[in-house]
Amino acid sequence: MQTLFYILAGTALVAGALVVFQTHPLRSALWLIVNFFAVAGIYLLASAEFIAAIQIIVYAGAIMVLFLFVIMLLNLRQPEEPMPMSALGSRILAVTLAVTTGFLVMFGLKQAVIIPARTGPPGLGNTESVARLLFTDYLLPFEVTSVLLLVAIVGAVILSKSRLK
Amino acid sequence: MAVPLECYLGLSVALFTLGAIGVLIRRNILIILMCIEMMLNAVNLAFIGFADTFKAVDGQMFVFFVMTVAAAEVAVGLALVVAVFRNRATVSVDDLNLMKW
Repeated sequence: MQTLFYILAGTALVAGALVVFQTHPLRSALWLIVNFFAVAGIYLLASAEFIAAIQIIVYAGAIMVLFLFVIMLLNLRQPEEPMPMSALGSRILAVTLAVTTGFLVMFGLKQAVIIPARTGPPGLGNTESVARLLFTDYLLPFEVTSVLLLVAIVGAVILSKSRLK
Repeated sequence: MAVPLECYLGLSVALFTLGAIGVLIRRNILIILMCIEMMLNAVNLAFIGFADTFKAVDGQMFVFFVMTVAAAEVAVGLALVVAVFRNRATVSVDDLNLMKW
């Protein structure tokens, strides 16, 4: 199980690095799908089967299809032009900042004392227990989510209309 | 034999940092959106790791809601990208500096 986790984590990291350092957005999108599948495998290892299925259906399915559709719709032939030399300093600064933040978070997590729970409720993470919690304790956020999706649909339709008044 | 929490959190921080680097150094707005997705995914991974360690389903609820927000964000974001591309014929954030102070 530990070995499988490391294999999936390595896949996710390599695919994530390739997303950032590919020149063409289409290749980035395809590597991002690999990243999502690796993370879905880790969710399966963490006994979150429902979330793993949602990850593949919503992220790797719906969202990435939307991305690929827009990339092909815009038809960007020319690859991204290299940055001017004046921006090199800010680029190095950005990478340093991100890596430093990552190390600070790691350092903070090392200080924390975490005692894992030994036993949990039976059937943890399967669809039934997720649904039970979703429709009892988290009913109000669930309903608010539907309003959010409605707003997103209306916003996307308005923005996509050819003539904005 | 469960995976320890440190492994989940380490991978989560690494993925989040990669996404942040991508947002900061790339100029293509589509790749920046993809890197934001990767950062959201890294946070989801931390939630799932905590849910697995503490044997609670609440972490998975939060992942569910984060995914909903991510889907809404991508729909609106890509509609904005298409609208901007129609007007300005570019997807480089260096050319979209009209509202920059």
